[in-house]
Amino acid sequence: MTGLSVRDLRVVFDGFVAVGGVDLEVPEGDLRFLIGPNGAGKTTLIDAVTGLVKATGHVAFDGRELLGRKVHRIARLGIGRTFQTAAVFEELTVLQNLDIAAGWARSPISLLRARRSVPPTVEKALATVRLSEVRDEPAGTLAHGQKQWLEIGMLLVQDARLLLLDEPVAGMSQDERDATGELLGELSRDRTVLVVEHDMDFLRRYARTVTVMHAGKVLSEGTVAQVQADPRVQEVYLGHPVKEAS
Amino acid sequence: MKRAALGFGVTAALLFAVAPLVLGDFRLSLLAKYLCFAIVAVGVGLAWGRGGMLALGQGVFFGLGGYAMAMHLKLADAGPGNLPDFMILYGQLDALPWWWAPFANPIFALLATVLLPMLVALLLGLLIFRRRVRGAYFAILSQALAAAFAILLIGQQGTTGGTNGLTDIQGFFGYDLNDPVNQRMVYFVVAAALLAMLGVAWQLMRSRYGELLVAVRDGEERVRFLGYDPANVKLVAYVVAAGMAGLAGALFVPAVGIISPALIGVVPSIEFVIGVAVGGRATLAGPALGAIAVAWAKTALSERVPSAWTYFEGLLFVLPIVFLPGGIAALFKWRRRARLVPPAEVKEKVAA
Repeated sequence: MTGLSVRDLRVVFDGFVAVGGVDLEVPEGDLRFLIGPNGAGKTTLIDAVTGLVKATGHVAFDGRELLGRKVHRIARLGIGRTFQTAAVFEELTVLQNLDIAAGWARSPISLLRARRSVPPTVEKALATVRLSEVRDEPAGTLAHGQKQWLEIGMLLVQDARLLLLDEPVAGMSQDERDATGELLGELSRDRTVLVVEHDMDFLRRYARTVTVMHAGKVLSEGTVAQVQADPRVQEVYLGHPVKEAS
Repeated sequence: MKRAALGFGVTAALLFAVAPLVLGDFRLSLLAKYLCFAIVAVGVGLAWGRGGMLALGQGVFFGLGGYAMAMHLKLADAGPGNLPDFMILYGQLDALPWWWAPFANPIFALLATVLLPMLVALLLGLLIFRRRVRGAYFAILSQALAAAFAILLIGQQGTTGGTNGLTDIQGFFGYDLNDPVNQRMVYFVVAAALLAMLGVAWQLMRSRYGELLVAVRDGEERVRFLGYDPANVKLVAYVVAAGMAGLAGALFVPAVGIISPALIGVVPSIEFVIGVAVGGRATLAGPALGAIAVAWAKTALSERVPSAWTYFEGLLFVLPIVFLPGGIAALFKWRRRARLVPPAEVKEKVAA
């Protein structure tokens, strides 16, 4: 089975159940949006998949179990993520950020040399995320949206097969949102993409499938239309089903 | 690349031509001592400035290198089959302790001055970084190690010379250290070693590893998600810094003629770091220049007002860290940047 497969995932912090038995299947080629109210456990789910928090159950990507592996070992299996607040290396240039993201498999000898030329994958990613112009600027001087893009670029050069994006369009302008949405659609053709997002307009336009989480559990799953029509989802988001309101 | 070559050329000219011509024998041998501190500082700059590891215990590695060298020189002074003078004086031993014996071999001793500190740093680093000890905890731990090492040496008076340390060293691989000509030779060896270590640091800083080290300093957790184990990245810088401190300790012995616990404990370990903070910890030349300046200031000031030096030293550490984290090097950088960016562009940037 290719893609992400989560079975009975549980994350407990000091007795508080953040994720309480989640099952989730995201096949390759899907562009899945993960939504839900604050505290639903969306980010914690990503943290568990990437090894940041301890969890029980099963998480497999392309048939390989991820739980119990260290963070950097999971990353080497082709799992990449971004963070709610863009986490780039602010004092390094855009190019250096991307070069580092591309490099975990480099030999010690090539690490001890200076970079002579820009690797082709980095060159391509610079163009894809539209940062070629500012490649020699420190990442700290970028606008917020550009930082988010730099993070996506880092996933690209990392050659991640599973992309876990935590609120990738937060703080972006409408143009930037559209460009990001197009890019995600393109990327998801031969990769598995899971996006945590609060922006419902962005979701309606670009989500292929949606999973709704609530209180650490999966509440509903399906296409955008199916999920929107689900009375349980309406209740969680509006406090009561739509029909009673109208 | 060109700027670096120019920098190395000027430094070499200053060290090998100007200083020996301008300075008398006494001042030149003082400079040799300062340059030893500068070698430690180059390593600290790498570990702290680039790697974010506030290494407050470099005295341990300086001491390992220094004692390894001094043990060999003491054995060579005593001649084959004889005990070093202090062992006879204390009269506790009939034979050479087993762990002294290999240091009679000059090649073993020379290799040990650098490799022993690196090996110790490797083992310590594996324990410390794998357990994710960092920040202030790392600084306190490394300082405690320096204290423990000094106390250990003091406690073993019969075999290490105790508080006195290993003193009164006469010869250096067949050369008489009391001869001013040979003292000059030692100075040149120290100066060459400093240049070589600056070269090592320069290559490490400009390499991809150097960029990765900065990334680990600024976002250790983030680096994990890119497939790296930050513990290994930090380990390399820590071990290299330890090797440099060991080399410096080894050269300090012929340059000054003594190694003792007072030279490697908590206070000297902090002093190694002060120069680095003053000069600019993240730059190549800053740490070395800062170390030389602070050591020179210590000599000059403590000759005149011995009691005031300690307070002044404390200020030197606190003031740069609070008000000028980039050290003196940062002042030059501002000036250069101000000159490079035309005024119109500055305005644009402010407007944006």
